[in-house]
Amino acid sequence: MSTLEIRDLQVSVKLPEGDLKPILAGVDLTVKAGETHAIMGPNGSGKSTLAYSIAGHPKYEITGGSVTLDGQDVLAMTVDERARAGLFLAMQYPVEVPGVSVANFLRTAKTAIDGEAPKLRTWAGELRGAMEKLQMDPAFAQRNVNEGFSGGEKKRHEIMQLELLKPKVAILDETDSGLDIDALRIVSEGVNRVRETGETGLLLITHYTRILRYIKPDFVHVFVAGKIVQEGGPELAEQLEAEGYERYVAARA
Amino acid sequence: MTTEAIAPPPSTKSQVLRSFDVADFPAVNGLEEEWRFTPLKRLGDLVSATKLTGVAPAVEHGELPAGVTVSHVAASDVDGAGPVLVPFDRISALAYGSADGVTLVEVAPETELAEAVVIRVVGKGGDAAAARTVVKVGAFAKVTVILEQTGTASLADNIEVVTADSAQLTFVTLAEWDAGAVQAQHIKLQVGKDSRVQHVQVALGGDLVRQFTSVEYTGRGGDAELWGLYFADAGQHFEHRQLVDHSVPDCRSYVGYRGALQGASAKSVWVGDVLIRATATGTDTYEINRNLILTDGAIAHSVPNLEIETGEVAGAGHASATGRFDDEQLFYLMARGIPEGEARKLVVRGFFAELVNKIPVEELRERLGDAIEARLAEYAS
Repeated sequence: MSTLEIRDLQVSVKLPEGDLKPILAGVDLTVKAGETHAIMGPNGSGKSTLAYSIAGHPKYEITGGSVTLDGQDVLAMTVDERARAGLFLAMQYPVEVPGVSVANFLRTAKTAIDGEAPKLRTWAGELRGAMEKLQMDPAFAQRNVNEGFSGGEKKRHEIMQLELLKPKVAILDETDSGLDIDALRIVSEGVNRVRETGETGLLLITHYTRILRYIKPDFVHVFVAGKIVQEGGPELAEQLEAEGYERYVAARA
Repeated sequence: MTTEAIAPPPSTKSQVLRSFDVADFPAVNGLEEEWRFTPLKRLGDLVSATKLTGVAPAVEHGELPAGVTVSHVAASDVDGAGPVLVPFDRISALAYGSADGVTLVEVAPETELAEAVVIRVVGKGGDAAAARTVVKVGAFAKVTVILEQTGTASLADNIEVVTADSAQLTFVTLAEWDAGAVQAQHIKLQVGKDSRVQHVQVALGGDLVRQFTSVEYTGRGGDAELWGLYFADAGQHFEHRQLVDHSVPDCRSYVGYRGALQGASAKSVWVGDVLIRATATGTDTYEINRNLILTDGAIAHSVPNLEIETGEVAGAGHASATGRFDDEQLFYLMARGIPEGEARKLVVRGFFAELVNKIPVEELRERLGDAIEARLAEYAS
């Protein structure tokens, strides 16, 4: 059973002038395989910074604390090493890669993660199956990565990667944003399939409770001003839905 | 890195001096609009001489398919009422005046070939030389001609391509010269009625390669696509200029050049001129240049010019973008476990994919893809 442990994580964003602006002010969180956590918070609270700094985006600098995956020091790894160690980030705004087909990209990623090329005979079927489950047209595999994709297609493509790459811990950054209800249902079903395997720990980052009606979290963490200020079970999400974040934000002011 | 979005409009491209005599063109001093990006010293005799006497590169080919001939003929045999390319600058006049005969590539009417015709131009070094090549494609023919330029040379050459009505030509020219080679080349495409020409111009090797491609149409429905791919390493200068002259109604042109640059003083120049004359109603044209700067110290100049004399066009546009490697693309790929070196290869291969896919020969597509990756590997290590 895999465990991601985040201890007193402090992160700053690098500003263009070279200055550092502190964002995360000491985050503690433990995510185990099979668990689903929701991190909820107002805009600008640092939720996405948490996601991207764990994945190793160069825009962020770690100024304190630790992140380990099954005892391994994640922060000492390069971005690709983190992914190969078992971390996955479903991005809010997936990047276009012109001239690189989805099929080529997925095969390259699968090969990198597994350490060997997928078997030709089974891979085609696996890819087709993953696309069918997310109701994607087979022609999708020949399109360039994220180029000209609708918002819904981008998110389905992210979840398809989640299903194919089978990470130990996956962070889903605002996966619900920009999705209509049909797309949200399809994407949520994909996340729930991963959840039901019991082999992946999920960290859902969201501003709204909408996605939590489709993916039931085991734990809910309220994130304000760069740290977790309250923790609870699914009932906390319902409370936030009714009351909003005002109580937390007002308490700071 | 500089991008010059809009240069001052050219003083009507149709009015430039034309002459067969190199002496009619004033000496080049480097301040002229046409020469301001070119390192003239490195051109040597090509820009200063009035006659070139070196031995032209050898022209080689395998067995030719039925309907295709390659021969060496006297200029008088092909020029008839006058050459297709009337020299319009000093070097094109020098090439015309100094070339010893003409390499004539003829494709008989209605010849349709599944396999490409490959012609190799092999430089053997020596003094600066001149050459002329004429490619004539007969009506309704459908062929791919590949011109591979390798070896060492200091060469001024003119290539004149004529397609008859309804002919379809894919013309691939590869500059894969050895280090130290210098080439100033002028290509003229004369596109027949309802004829379609796709030119893919690849520049990878050589010290300085300057290629000027001009297009004219002789009948309605002509279609010219000019694709360019270049990869400049430290010290290399690749310069591509085009003049697409729309004087006939209802013709189409598309110019798409892409380059990558790496290393100190790697330099590329792209200047795309499109002229739509008053008579050329219904013209549809677009030109775009994109440059990928892979390291510090590389410079890409990019200048699109569009001169329009009629309001009745189907479309006319231009674009230019020069930028560094996109770190977000790299992050996205690496966040899927792909190591940095491999991620860079994917992005650069992808950048060139649209162009490489224009080449209808798989073996050549793969060779170019591998050549590009090998270039990247030089700097990764």
